Amino acid sequence: MSLDPSFVGRTYPPTAPYQVGREKIREFAAAVGATDPVHHDPEAARSLGHSDVVAPPTFPVVVTMAASRQIVEDPALGVDYSRVVHGDQRFAYTRPVVAGDELVCVSTIEEVTSRGGHGFLTTRTDVSTVDGEPVVAVWSKIVVRGEA
Amino acid sequence: MELPTQTYRVTRADLVRYAGASGDFNPIHWSDRTATGVGLPGVIAHGMFTMALVGRAVAGWAGAPDAVVDFGVRFTRPVVVPDTDEGTEIEVSAVVKEVTEEGLTRLDITATCQGEKVLSQARALIRATR
Repeated sequence: MSLDPSFVGRTYPPTAPYQVGREKIREFAAAVGATDPVHHDPEAARSLGHSDVVAPPTFPVVVTMAASRQIVEDPALGVDYSRVVHGDQRFAYTRPVVAGDELVCVSTIEEVTSRGGHGFLTTRTDVSTVDGEPVVAVWSKIVVRGEA
Repeated sequence: MELPTQTYRVTRADLVRYAGASGDFNPIHWSDRTATGVGLPGVIAHGMFTMALVGRAVAGWAGAPDAVVDFGVRFTRPVVVPDTDEGTEIEVSAVVKEVTEEGLTRLDITATCQGEKVLSQARALIRATR
């Protein structure tokens, strides 16, 4: 499927703040088998200099989900979600996400290409606190498979 | 330098649990009917679940879960998870490529399932632990 390349450079409005809960971090850590006390025990996290339990490295996807939906469900862009597969994923951390963070996502479309009948869409989501402190930048490339 | 290989068992129950924890309820990760309907061999793991397991391996090698500075992968092959008690297994290995001028360690990571690579361009940058 071909996506409109004129969307490159488009930035979407900031998402509503996501309140990172301690129990959500514990639940996510348990689901991926991350048993290190830094994910579960606030004291263990504080002993490493964090204000509360630390999220595992891929936790930001939970936070960026609303931002991804903004783009994938943008009727003007016209992505058929049933044909979407995940291509690439990358996180560049300024610091880890910790419980108590209130995070806002701003997404930009960085690249739109078409090859072999498939569409490729790369987005960058900048995750920062409501006070504007940068936390992590998240890149995601999705493939919109063409009709067979 | 090669780092010790980590092996993770993945069952359907793990996928259901990850779906709930992550909020990704795409039925290709829990319904054979849906998965085969879109041309997959069966239910597959969330790419982000595989990446999370790799993240565990990286945290283990780094000696601290908060030491990861940059982490990226490309998903190249689905991880098919049969509806059995054993499920499947993902093996994660890595080599240290370099230590940067800033003292960061760059890892090149390999993840395989049933002998086939499921990721490419999997890399992590970790800082020295305290």
